[in-house]
Parts: sequence; C-alpha cells; structure tokens
Amino acid sequence: MTSEIILQAVVTGLMMGLIYALIAAGLSLIFGLMEIVNFAHGEHLMLSMFSSFWLWSLFGLDPLFSIPITILLLAFCGILTHYFLIRYILKAKMLIQICATFGLSIFIRSIAQLLWTPDFRNVDKPLLEGRIEVGSVFIGQPQLYASLVCLLAFIGLYLFVTKTETGLALQATAQDRHAAEVLGIPSNKMFAIGWAIGLGCVGVAGGMMANYFFIFTDVGINFALFAFVAVALGGFGSIIGCLYAGIIIGLVESLGGLLIDPSFKLLYVFVIYLLVVIYKPQGLFGRY
Amino acid sequence: MESKLITAKSEPLWNTNNKVISIVFGLVILLFALPLFGLNSFYLHLFIMIFMHAVMAQSWNVIAGFSGQISLGHGAFFGIGAYATSFLYMQYGITPWISIFFGMFISAIFAVLIGIPMLRLSGHYFAIATLLIGISFQVVFQRWDLVGAASGLWVTMTPEDSWIALQFHSSKIPYYYVFLIFFLITFFAVWLLSRSKLGYRLRAVRDDPQAALSLCINVSNYKIIAYVISAMIMAPMGSLFAQYILIVDPDRVFNIEISIIVLLITVLGGIGNVWGPIIGASILIPISEYSRIYLGGTGGAVDLIFYGLILMIICIFRPNGLISFIPKDILERKKQR
Repeated sequence: MTSEIILQAVVTGLMMGLIYALIAAGLSLIFGLMEIVNFAHGEHLMLSMFSSFWLWSLFGLDPLFSIPITILLLAFCGILTHYFLIRYILKAKMLIQICATFGLSIFIRSIAQLLWTPDFRNVDKPLLEGRIEVGSVFIGQPQLYASLVCLLAFIGLYLFVTKTETGLALQATAQDRHAAEVLGIPSNKMFAIGWAIGLGCVGVAGGMMANYFFIFTDVGINFALFAFVAVALGGFGSIIGCLYAGIIIGLVESLGGLLIDPSFKLLYVFVIYLLVVIYKPQGLFGRY
Repeated sequence: MESKLITAKSEPLWNTNNKVISIVFGLVILLFALPLFGLNSFYLHLFIMIFMHAVMAQSWNVIAGFSGQISLGHGAFFGIGAYATSFLYMQYGITPWISIFFGMFISAIFAVLIGIPMLRLSGHYFAIATLLIGISFQVVFQRWDLVGAASGLWVTMTPEDSWIALQFHSSKIPYYYVFLIFFLITFFAVWLLSRSKLGYRLRAVRDDPQAALSLCINVSNYKIIAYVISAMIMAPMGSLFAQYILIVDPDRVFNIEISIIVLLITVLGGIGNVWGPIIGASILIPISEYSRIYLGGTGGAVDLIFYGLILMIICIFRPNGLISFIPKDILERKKQR
C-alpha cells in the first residue's frame, strides 16, 4: 500500500464526490422547497443517461454536445412530474408522499426495463476519452471533465439560488410558502421551477456520466442512495451542505473500497449515515 | 386523545358489529374447509401466497400504518427469517418450528438496533435508512460464504413428508393449513393490538407526536416497539416461505420487490387499518399470479409497471385505500351512548 495508490483513490473519490454533490443538490433543492423527498431521483438519473445514450446511438450526437438537450428533457420531465403527481400530494401525509414518489420510481424503472431491456450499454468512442497522468496519478479524462462540469453546474446552481430574483423567490417559498404567496410569488410555479432545476442538475450529472459509465436500467439506485445520504449528511434542504457531503461520501467510498473491501462500499456509506444521524441529526449545515 | 385512551381501557373486546363477526367467522370456516373441495395445486398456491403476503403487509402496516414510520426495506426481516430456519436446519438439524422463533428473535434485535438511532428523528431519515438496510442485507448475504454467498442455501430435502422438518412434497394442503393458521394468529394479534392501549398510543404517536408527548407517551420508545413487533411478524413468513420453496438465495429473499409489494398491498387495501392488508392482498396477489402465467417471462417488469401506477393513482385519489369505499359504520364498532 503505497502513498501513490492512496492518492489515486483520493482523486477518484473526489471526482466521484463532485458528481454525487450535484445529484444531491437537485434532491436537496426539491426537499427544501416542498419537503418532499424524491425517491425517484435515481430513476431520473437513469433517464438522463439513457437520453444521452439514445441521442448518441440514434443521431450520432456525442454526449458532450447532447448535454443541453438532456438538461432540457430532464427539466421538462421534472415539470411533468410536478404537474401530474406532486401537485396532488402536496398537502397529503408524509407517508403518502413517500409512497407516491416511490411508486413513481418503480414505474419509471420497470417501464425502462420493458422498453430497453436490462442490458448494459455504453457509449462507444466518445470525444472525451483516454487519461492524463499527473505525477504518479492517472486521471480518466471523461471522469475529470464530468466532475469539473458538475462542479461548475453546482456553482451555477448556488449563484442562481442565492443571487437571482427567481432564486430568492424559490428561497422565500421554501421558508414560508403562504407568506411568499402574500408577496405575490406563485408557489405552484415556484414548485414547478424547483422540479425543473432539480432534475436539470440530474441531467447534467447523467449526461456527463454517460461518457464513461455503463448505462442500464438499475444504474440509478446506488447513485440515489448516495444522494439521499449526502442530503441527510449535508442537512436536509441545504445546498452548500451537499457539496461537502458529496465529497465526503466519494472519499469514504473510494478509500473504504481500497483499504477494506470494495464489495461493501454501500455499507461504509451506511455507517457514515448512521454516525451522522446519531451524533448530528440536523446534518452538517442543516436548518432543522 | 385522552377520551380515546379511557375508552380503550373500559371497552369490552367483543363489542363489534355482530354482522361483521358472523361474516368473519363464516369466512374463517370456509377457509378451513376449502382444501376439502379438492382445489388443484395452483389455487392452493394462490391462497398460500395471499395468506403470506397479507401477513407481510400486515407487518408493514404495524410500523407504517399504526406508528406512521415508512420502512422501505422490510424485505430484510423476511430474509433474516428465511435464512435463520434454513441455515439452522441444514447445519444443525434444528427443526424449523424452533428456528422460526430464532429468526423472530434476530429480527427483533436488528429492529432495535436500527430503531434506536433512526426512530428518534423525522420519518424521512428512517425511510432512507431502511432503504439502505434492505440493500445492505442483500449485499452482505451475497458475499457471505457461510450461508452460501450468491448461490444461497438449498434446503436438504427429507425423503418423505415430514411435520418435524416442515417439508411436504406430495401435496400443498399441509402448507395451506400452516400458512392459514399463521395468517389467522397474526391477524387476531394485530386486531387485538389495534384496540389495545398500545395500539391507541401508537396511533396517537402517528397523528400528533407532540400531543402524545404531552400525555407522557414516550414517542420514540413506542415507535421502536412498533418496529420490533413488525419485524417479528415479518420473520416467520420468511421462514415459512423458505420451507415452502426449499431454496433461499439473496436475490429471492432480500429482493427489493418484497419491500415494494408489502407497501403496495397495504396502501392499496387501506393503510392503518387491520383489514387493509387482507383486501390489498386478495386483490393484488391473484392479479400478480395470473399476470405471471399469461405474460410469462417478461411478467416481472410488467407487474412492476402496474404496481408503480396503482401506487401513484391510489396516493393521488384514495390515500386511505380501497377500504375507504366501505362505509365506516359497517367496520367500526357500534357507537353506544
């Protein structure tokens, strides 16, 4: 076990962590806005990867260039989700809200399985390929660019939410939707925007990952689980918390895999989750 | 809240609508007599699956319906039960009749271990944790060589039917009665629970934790109790299922589909109602079994599409489940003034 291998694992974990952070940020935005956990988040990620894949295989569009289309598709998907499902369960009990989004996740996943079979696919010869060597550490180019794009998107999301007028309106709705409505901010529209942006984030992450990751119908489950943990770790509803939490999870996953046993990655993350929930239930940056 | 607690204490147990009691007794007798009519093994299988899933859903109902905590990985306890009996029987020759209780015991311990940190917090934490648990168990058992890793345990077959080993090869009728009896015991127990002091306190915890707290109900303790009871109902079904199919592997008994279907049955039938799981199971299981016959190999995914769709539709239009179509005064005990 040399220091180079550990350094390699740290870099890998960091790159993975930035992707987790963006996926979690979308989840956290939606939760902060209407206190609904989107249990179909992983399935939306899967949809974005498949959208990227189909644009490549049907139209020959490289995943790098199809990202805007994927983002738009996912944002549209978010608005549809809000319009057809979430709108009706806003006032329902938490139990019903969880069941509904869980039902959505089953529905999307099994439809995908029926349409596209559970085969593993990948994008052949994307523009981003190969690896670069920095010192003794190898960095896969697609992974590197994916994490950088995710970081950029994350910063963009953060600036959007904290600096723009729409972002401030989103925050106002998140804090008190009735007070916001009195001030003339239509909460229903804000929720739809929240869903569009939340799933747009997933679109970025999925579109970039399509460059190097296997694409199959169950791909979302693990990412969604890590995103849930990242949201709990960062504090429900906190966006900046997701960045730190995502990086922590990425590091734990890759270092745990290196030092102990890679087949139990999920368990290490689970242990982290337990520890956070026991010792700091409101998360690192949580409001609650 | 307070008046409910007092009624719970003073009310006689059998103060139910007489019509309902007679219908229920009639149905129970009919269920006991059914195999005598010479049902073929497919129908026996169908009834066995209905009983099994009704009990599994009832287990989920106890934690989700009564105490309001959503568990998305309830399959874990099913798997623990299945592995407990098969492993002890194969390694030490212990009869399933004893190891069923061992499985219940292990499940209860896990429920306490998971419940203590998780149930103090709001429901989302618990839902996410249980989702992780369900998958973690599958991952661990897939790699655990002692219990056969990914290929699982193939229960050694007895040459002949045996009540001690709980294996019947020539007919499904004994299985039918075993499942039926477990089904009746569980429902009677949960029915008692639902109208006991504990049951009222659990519902108080669900409906308004703060009000419950102000009445000196220790909210997190009651949630843990509900979770333990729920786990102990789930585990024997795993054990019996293992005895029924005689093969236990991680992909089957820790399948996420188990956690999905218990949720679906309960929400479909009526969550938080003792009768909900029976209604849900007797509608959903025949659909699922028949679709498996007619749609063949692809049935798995087609099933799930409908499950997801039904779940969303129920959540939007009938959050109280199908039981809410039945007028309340039929099911609830007569109001006495």
